[in-house]
Amino acid sequence: MRFTTRLLTTAVIASAFAAPAMAEGTLDKIKSSGVIVLGHRDASIPFSYLANDPTKPIGYSHDLQLKVVEAVKKQLKMPNLQVRYNLVTSQTRIPLVQNGTVDLECGSTTNNLERQKQVAFSVGIFEIGTRLMTAKTSGIKDFPDLKGKNVVTTAGTTSERLLKAMNAEKQMGMNIISAKDHGESFLMLESGRAVAFMMDDALLYGEMAKAKNPGNWVVTGKPQSFEIYGCMLRKEDAAFKKVVDDAIKATFKSGEVNKIYSKWFMAPVPPKGLNLNFPMSDEFKALVAKPTDKSAEEM
Amino acid sequence: MNYNWDWNIFFKSTGIGSEIYLDWFVSGLGWTIAVALMAWIIALLLGSVLGVMRTLPGKVLPAIATAYVELFRNVPLLVQLFMWYFVVPDYLPEPLQIWFKQDLNPATSAYISVVVCLALFTAARVCEQVRTGIQALPRGQSAAALAVGFSIGQTYRHVLLPQAFRIIIPPLTSEFLNIFKNSSVASLIGLMELLAQTKQTAEFSANIFEAFTLATVIYFVLNMSLMTLMSLVEKKVRIPGMMGGAK
Repeated sequence: MRFTTRLLTTAVIASAFAAPAMAEGTLDKIKSSGVIVLGHRDASIPFSYLANDPTKPIGYSHDLQLKVVEAVKKQLKMPNLQVRYNLVTSQTRIPLVQNGTVDLECGSTTNNLERQKQVAFSVGIFEIGTRLMTAKTSGIKDFPDLKGKNVVTTAGTTSERLLKAMNAEKQMGMNIISAKDHGESFLMLESGRAVAFMMDDALLYGEMAKAKNPGNWVVTGKPQSFEIYGCMLRKEDAAFKKVVDDAIKATFKSGEVNKIYSKWFMAPVPPKGLNLNFPMSDEFKALVAKPTDKSAEEM
Repeated sequence: MNYNWDWNIFFKSTGIGSEIYLDWFVSGLGWTIAVALMAWIIALLLGSVLGVMRTLPGKVLPAIATAYVELFRNVPLLVQLFMWYFVVPDYLPEPLQIWFKQDLNPATSAYISVVVCLALFTAARVCEQVRTGIQALPRGQSAAALAVGFSIGQTYRHVLLPQAFRIIIPPLTSEFLNIFKNSSVASLIGLMELLAQTKQTAEFSANIFEAFTLATVIYFVLNMSLMTLMSLVEKKVRIPGMMGGAK
């Protein structure tokens, strides 16, 4: 019986996705094609985004991604390895890694247990806390102040899940708005539809830096969770994963990560030349000291 | 492709209260139907009035209806939605603005915006169907009605519209189905209708293909049922001896 089910499942999958065989590892694929395909985002400031050149992403995660490319070049002895960019969205990033379109995605992707069933994650490249942004004059200091208020968060994020769970468990009577992206979430906050915006703190600082009057806003509240961002690659590809992990660990060990961090979080960044002023958190310092590919929930 | 299929995902906990993912799809379907039906009722009424206006004698009324159609038919639906949701409320009088943006439940204000948007957009299309329905009738119909002493109102009410509406049931069915499909734009302003719940399930569970497959099936079954219903209506109201109907 179980055999039949499995056979049936296999048949269905095989017929539905007569995809090119992905039995070969990513390194073999890169070697035979001479190209590595990097997945990037368009507006995850300052992790991976497009600013002045629409064909080339920039950002903190992208700088680490380029470190991996250097390591792959060395490993395969291919100094002329070509880099191709492929824009991904939060909805396409997992399938595009799985089906072989993208070899390595580095952006602002949280490593969690659900995603680990579909893809592999590199060692963590960043750690955030989920907090609130609100107007300085709103009088909101922490999550309990949100009772009965309109609160916005971005659809499909961990913050959305936490906020909804908190609302159900503590019966806070919040009206939760799920906006389609961070920019729109901030618009909801700015236009007065919501009194607070819950999101990853680094992204909140990113939105604040884009605001008309950055001084009107404040990031506040006790972090409701910590999340580790990682680069995504295909599962069961130990050889490629080792190259990726080793390259990232090397930048951590040499302290180069501090330089990259300062460049994106403590200095003006394109396109508007704004400074996020987001010092490195103790959680992230601990991650740099002890790199891991586990999700924050497993720690 | 090493995708990890799990069709049981719909029966697993979402991690929020005691909800399972299937609950999200059910509530999403509820919003989709609520948006589409309300918008359709308004679109049908407004579109019929505009369609009649376009065929009236004189210059002013037809011109107003034509301008309406051109405006709403030539601006992308998504742009219209953002206008109704983000721009228009900011030009309301202050108290109304605060009521709409802060006192109303966010789901209600999003619902109002998307219903207004879809209704006005679809009304332009219904208007064109009604106009062509009326113009498809032989000119002798209205001439004869006026000749026997009907007023213009009576001519439309008793002669032209009963025939025109029967002719345009098939294209109106398309518009009816379109409004269900177009209602998915509501997901972009945070209304948790079917597509929004699908995306949310995909993001939360990382079982993207299962989520979108279920959504596809739901939309398909919903629209097939509506189509069957409409063809029954068409048969029911058919006048024996007209338009190929059996006696």
